[in-house]
Amino acid sequence: MERLKLVLQYFQSNSESISNGICIILALVSVKLYTSFDFNCPCLPQYNKLYSLGVMTVPPIILFFLGVLVNRHTGVMMDEWMRPIGNRSKNPAVVKYLFSAMIQRALLAPMVWILVTLLDGKIFICAFSVSVDPALFQGLPNNTGLDVIKIMAKVPCREDVIFKNSSFRKAVSRYVRCYSQAVGWSILLFLIVLGAMGRLIKPCFDDHATFLQTRYWSNYLDVEQKLFDETCVLHARDFARKCVVQFFEDMREDTVLYLPHPPFITNFREDWEEEEEERLHGITKQEQVDQLLNKWYYSKPELDVTRISHRPKTCVTWEDREGNTLYSDV
Amino acid sequence: MDKFRMMFQFLQSNQESFMNGICGIMALASAQMYSAFEFNCPCMPEYNYTYGIGLLIIPPIWFFLLGFVLNNNVSVLAEEWRRPTGRRTKDPTILRYMFCSITQRSLIAPAVWVSVTLMDGKSFLCAFSVNLDIDRFGNASLVQGMSESERIKLLARIPCKDLFQHQEIRAAASRYIKCISQACGWMFLLMMTFTAFLIRAIRPCFTQAAFLKTKYWSHYIDIERKMFDETCKEHAKSFAKVCIHQYFENISGEMRSFHFRRSSRDGSDDDSEDKKSDEEKLLGIRAQDDMNKVLWNWHTCKPALALRKDE
Repeated sequence: MERLKLVLQYFQSNSESISNGICIILALVSVKLYTSFDFNCPCLPQYNKLYSLGVMTVPPIILFFLGVLVNRHTGVMMDEWMRPIGNRSKNPAVVKYLFSAMIQRALLAPMVWILVTLLDGKIFICAFSVSVDPALFQGLPNNTGLDVIKIMAKVPCREDVIFKNSSFRKAVSRYVRCYSQAVGWSILLFLIVLGAMGRLIKPCFDDHATFLQTRYWSNYLDVEQKLFDETCVLHARDFARKCVVQFFEDMREDTVLYLPHPPFITNFREDWEEEEEERLHGITKQEQVDQLLNKWYYSKPELDVTRISHRPKTCVTWEDREGNTLYSDV
Repeated sequence: MDKFRMMFQFLQSNQESFMNGICGIMALASAQMYSAFEFNCPCMPEYNYTYGIGLLIIPPIWFFLLGFVLNNNVSVLAEEWRRPTGRRTKDPTILRYMFCSITQRSLIAPAVWVSVTLMDGKSFLCAFSVNLDIDRFGNASLVQGMSESERIKLLARIPCKDLFQHQEIRAAASRYIKCISQACGWMFLLMMTFTAFLIRAIRPCFTQAAFLKTKYWSHYIDIERKMFDETCKEHAKSFAKVCIHQYFENISGEMRSFHFRRSSRDGSDDDSEDKKSDEEKLLGIRAQDDMNKVLWNWHTCKPALALRKDE
């Protein structure tokens, strides 16, 4: 019980840091995923934008749902939201608090993906190279017979032959990447200003006292759910132990009835012999064991250990052939 | 009590070092981010200056605000500022002290970014290549006969290795601008260090006694808040434990009366010590239906948040 208490304490004190740790790990996974992703712009006017949009939106959505899935608060929040009222009134502020905590953590990894995408610039180049005005740059290859749109669409592909000796592609890439980085930094700045304002100004508008209450009860719900699960696990263990012991005892009673018993009884027992006897639960022969194992598989006992607390002590009475009592434990 | 003492000691010893650690990590992150960031001068006269100087200024602002966001003391400061007076008077010097210490810590990562950018030189090269006097670096024949805009366009392409053909001129111009950039970088570092030194060295000449008092009470506010949060967490745990125990007792109380009719209670006093504790562990729930009822009621009819006073 002490060890369990210690473990519970450890998890309790660290549940916030566990959530934060998972959040950061997901963000790092997002960066790693981006660097190992083999980006492959189709370089065709119809498909460039579609591909870029896909790469920019599908992984963040996946990461967002992953973030919601691995967060402990999701379960606690849904539980509190969906439960019937019962004897405990519901507090919507607690649900809102848990929801906002969950959403904030889940949004980190998708934002990291989007920002790394923008700061790197490849996707912007893929999407918007057709929108650039080629007159801004010199060296447009005009001997290929392709129209301008198709040439501009080929800019993201550096191994294409039409750009072999010209610096046109590099100039256009630089230009679009510059925009992409500007957009990325603007978003970063916007988010951080939002965060800083939130931190500085929130206490001015929110009722801090109510916030303390909401935070206490949110934490309480989390702890209560964990403790309930732990109590159930412990209870299940004791229940199972009692059930199995009862099964063994039942087998012993049966065997007393059906199998021969040695004709002598000695009342004198050593302590250690008593203990061993107790552990054997009366099963001391191979046939008894076989019968017990068979019965455990084919006819499991019912889930009711009430009897073991009110179980009558097993008593043996020896009678001679005429029915006179020779010896009795009663 | 032991637990609280241990916790208090831990918080006390590590609060300063924790904040300093965060500060150091952010400085390292700043340097790492610079090296990972792909600097991409547009090499066009209209955008060079904006890009170069923008990259010198915007990320430091971002790091400064990030320092505020990550620092827990900001909330403490805001709460202390906005709280009703109640029974505890408010001291504005404490607020000033906390604000100063937060600001000082947040300034380190931006300073690192600016220094690294200036030492590297790419940002200055991008911003100021159009202002170069190309006669200094090579034969002026390169720009003879060019119109003004064409000359500027040519100069704007100097930062880009792959867009500018005359490598010797490019190398010479790069060196020149990088040299100026590094000089600016060192001056910046010198200024920051000197300012920090002045602040540290001169402040004790004024108001040292009042400063000690302010430092103590601002530290106290931080510790008090942490201890209150820890106490609330401990309380929630105890509350939950007793609530669950009473819930099981309530349900098994109902069940126990039912089972009492079914089987006779005898020999329960003869039970050995360990059997009694086993019985207690079962919390009165001994049958499948009872356990199912426990679990079902836990969701459909949660117990009230009102603990009975026992004994």
